[in-house]
Amino acid sequence: MSYELRVNPIACDGHGMCAELLPELIELDPWGYPILVSPAVPPALLDHARRAAAACPTLALLVGKAAVEHR
Amino acid sequence: MTELALVTRQPPQVRLPRLLAGISYYDVAGLRDHERQYGPLPLWGSAGRRRPGRLLDIVDASGLTGRGGAGFPSGRKMRSVAAGPGAAVVVANGAEGEPASCKDRLLLTRLPHLVLDGITLAAHAVRARAAYLCIHGEETELLGALDDALAQRSAAGLDPVPIQLTGIPGRYVSSEQSAIVQYLNGGPAKPAFSPPRPHERGVHGRPTLVNNVETLAHLALIARYGDRWFRAAGLPNAPGTTLVTVSGAVGRPGVYEIELGTPAGQLVLRAGGPTERPAALLVGGYFGAWLPAEVAWQVPMSHAALKAAGGAMGAGIVIALPVSSCGLAETARVVRYLAEENAGQCGPCMFGLPALADAMADLAYQGGRGRALRRAAELAGLVAGRGACRHPDGAVQLVRSALLAFEADALWHDRRGPCPGVARAPVLPIPGDAEWDWA
Repeated sequence: MSYELRVNPIACDGHGMCAELLPELIELDPWGYPILVSPAVPPALLDHARRAAAACPTLALLVGKAAVEHR
Repeated sequence: MTELALVTRQPPQVRLPRLLAGISYYDVAGLRDHERQYGPLPLWGSAGRRRPGRLLDIVDASGLTGRGGAGFPSGRKMRSVAAGPGAAVVVANGAEGEPASCKDRLLLTRLPHLVLDGITLAAHAVRARAAYLCIHGEETELLGALDDALAQRSAAGLDPVPIQLTGIPGRYVSSEQSAIVQYLNGGPAKPAFSPPRPHERGVHGRPTLVNNVETLAHLALIARYGDRWFRAAGLPNAPGTTLVTVSGAVGRPGVYEIELGTPAGQLVLRAGGPTERPAALLVGGYFGAWLPAEVAWQVPMSHAALKAAGGAMGAGIVIALPVSSCGLAETARVVRYLAEENAGQCGPCMFGLPALADAMADLAYQGGRGRALRRAAELAGLVAGRGACRHPDGAVQLVRSALLAFEADALWHDRRGPCPGVARAPVLPIPGDAEWDWA
């Protein structure tokens, strides 16, 4: 089972906790909003990703099972 | 004579216009004019004989795709809504957000019953119990006219599922489908985070079919004349006709009905031809792309062909930019407009689009001093794909295509300062701009 990160850009207020807690996968843009270096979460980082998601003050970072996106 | 006709039998000539055949010179097509022109609404539901699935089969076979911009196959969209849990909802999107598009407004003002037939047919196909027609709330005259049309139809018992007319705020992003759904649910008319997408969970939490009004008008004709008739026009992989709005430096700007696959240049010729040598065509509107005139001239108007050429079909918009105008200044104005129209929800769009607009304005009007060009390209990479909706992506595509189509001009601006074209009257319409009040 592979996991991936998503940001809900509407909920995100740019607190930047995620980039502090998960610098391997998340960088901040010039305005402080997260950029996903890669949405795929390697198994070794899954716990860190979940911790970062739980720490987000607006719950804008989501860790979910990777699925093929379609409309 | 008849024998000769049998021998030289050829596939029937496609007669255009199709949708626009019922337009009279001066008036709205009333219900009686409408039925005389196109024939009565086929009794798909009320006769009890024809199942909703049959209409879905015909839509599938017709190859109809959405005419609002995305170009998604209509039959597949309807099937996914019909397969969802509980009674579905149909939403007809007539809130034309693109400033350079007039086709939806033309259909709604002159041929309302074509659209309303389509809503009723779509409601039948997906077994909906509620249907909405959404237009911009400021269009009070149109709201009144559509009310009259709906009253005529309910007197004739035409719409088994009542169609509720709704005015939505007239902003650029409020006609995005998730924004309409959120507004109908009592929220703000702003794009929502997905999934769930409207076809999964939309109005009142029900599977919701959101279709552009032109798509529904085509449905009204496909239900009458069949999928083979529809496919006789257009390309095998992009069948049918489509409405396009042509403006800019052409002799007769307006809405035209063309077969899909018609080269953009031929369309410009139909619109009276260029009034001045064109430098580029903006195809697809403000979510579309600039194509240099010599490239654009040959490109068939279809989603696939335009995409391959680096453009987009969008909602069928073509604007001819004359060589005396500055494509960078035009783009800078539009990007500023798009930046101001952002919904204020997503950080990258809220901060990135104004910065992108600044960089483009710098390049267009100040001369970039060797920096603006690189800055615009950087910012484009930074905001693309990072919003809840496609608003930032549209602006980025416009900027990137401008930097390609007007490459030589951009280098000149960046090194030496603005070209004489920046002083010309603007060609691209911006709502609220005094020079460009279309309504």
